[in-house]
Amino acid sequence: MSHHLIAFKDVFFRYPDGTEALRGITFRITHGESVGIVGANGSGKSTLLQHMNGCLMPTSGTVMIGDLLLTGKTTQEIRRKVGIIFQNPDDQLFMPTVFEDVAFGPFNLGIDEKGVRERVQSALEIVDCLDLMDKPPHHLSGGQKSSVAIASVIAMDPDILALDEPAANLDPKSRRSLIMFLKAFRHSKIIASHDLDMILDVCERCLVIGDGRVVADGPSRQILSDRTLLEENNLELPLSLQRE
Amino acid sequence: MSTRRDAGLDPFGPGLISRNYPMTFDEQYFNIGRLDRLSYQDTAVHHLDARVKVIATMLFLVTVISFPKYEVVALVPFFLFPALIMTLGEIPVRFIFRKVLLVSPFAILVGIFNPFLDTATVAVIWGVPVSGGCLSFVSILLKFALTISAALLLVATTSFPGVCHALRRLGLPSLFVSQLLFLYRYLFVLTEETMRITRARDMRAFGVRGTGVRVFVRLIGVLFIRTVDRAERIYRAMLSRGFQGDIPSLRCSRMAATDLAYLAATVSLLAVLRFFRVTEGIGAFAQRLLP
Repeated sequence: MSHHLIAFKDVFFRYPDGTEALRGITFRITHGESVGIVGANGSGKSTLLQHMNGCLMPTSGTVMIGDLLLTGKTTQEIRRKVGIIFQNPDDQLFMPTVFEDVAFGPFNLGIDEKGVRERVQSALEIVDCLDLMDKPPHHLSGGQKSSVAIASVIAMDPDILALDEPAANLDPKSRRSLIMFLKAFRHSKIIASHDLDMILDVCERCLVIGDGRVVADGPSRQILSDRTLLEENNLELPLSLQRE
Repeated sequence: MSTRRDAGLDPFGPGLISRNYPMTFDEQYFNIGRLDRLSYQDTAVHHLDARVKVIATMLFLVTVISFPKYEVVALVPFFLFPALIMTLGEIPVRFIFRKVLLVSPFAILVGIFNPFLDTATVAVIWGVPVSGGCLSFVSILLKFALTISAALLLVATTSFPGVCHALRRLGLPSLFVSQLLFLYRYLFVLTEETMRITRARDMRAFGVRGTGVRVFVRLIGVLFIRTVDRAERIYRAMLSRGFQGDIPSLRCSRMAATDLAYLAATVSLLAVLRFFRVTEGIGAFAQRLLP
């Protein structure tokens, strides 16, 4: 199935202030793959994710999502396919109540009211936040905000899921249920995180980004047990591998 | 639900005025949240359709403002309206009163010079000559207290988003409604951000140093830049979820008989209070009862 394919080809990106965030990124993710993206702070992980649905456009190089080339014209369609969960849940939750926020995406997809309600219900159920439905986001705790932000993207039923530090604010139990959800998610998923244990748990494949380039690309188990490679990129062995 | 507990706890019990130390930023912040929490309550007033409440409040405002500038006596019965809503909606009187007091300097500033400018005597009460300026000043204060408390009560019984959705369904362009909704949502985020910045400053300021105007100006600058960045991120998040210029609203409540009855009652009460001299009528009636 080609419609879940993600292909970056020689992507460069420079921020308006002159920072070169991406310097020639090339990789290809096929349908159903789960890929972890790791790297030091400021290595370009978040910038990379924002290219996946046209929040940022490459300065040069091409991004293909499915059989669509990322351009100004195709962003609307690409955004239906790729759901991105951003790092800061306060940016993601902009509606006055949790229900309206989770309903925002499905509603914009043109689903009728009954369908929207069902989707909101099931998305909130997955992240275990059904009882927060009528609360305003500013009365939620940090972890609850993260969970609801995840629900707001799940509700759109994307083909590809891209997450930026999804477990950063979660308590261990919520983190565990997020991992269970991610393992059950059938389509492609890309997770940028410093939580190497989660990556090891969820992703078969792992990309190491350093200084705007792909430094390593391979099976998670192999990459995440390579102590020298990890330490060169300000990372360390996942806890679960340290014990072995 | 935590509403009751929060209302019962009332951490601001002593009141703004009787405190001998100023309210900190944090306390102010939680006070904003309190208005919000009041709107989750479960009373007859809270259950009324938001549109009906918006229309009723607007009619009330227009009626109060329509009185001539020397009118005092006829305005007093209008306090019945906020008093009723406060009682039925279980909104603490002191809370509303304090909020009205907080904004009162504006009204006082508007009317304070009237007694000096308009010195013609228009009435003599118990032998004391009352100038037109004094009357119009009192009139301004009454109108102010009535309108502000009505607006506060509308938000306290409907919730801010509720009011926004009602306005939308009453025909306000969606652009304005989205602006209002964002204002409400990010007011809290912005205050929290300010709180964090001031806390971080206070932790390293050790008393007086570092709390001066120059640092303050920089804090404002940082806050502004952070806000601009955040606005950009929010817009991206919205685009990612298919935003195309319109904020959807799913709340499809229907007007029930009770809503229409409430509206009818409000309209007739307002009409009676506006067009009949009710206070004088009561006075005359009382005089007739007395021997």
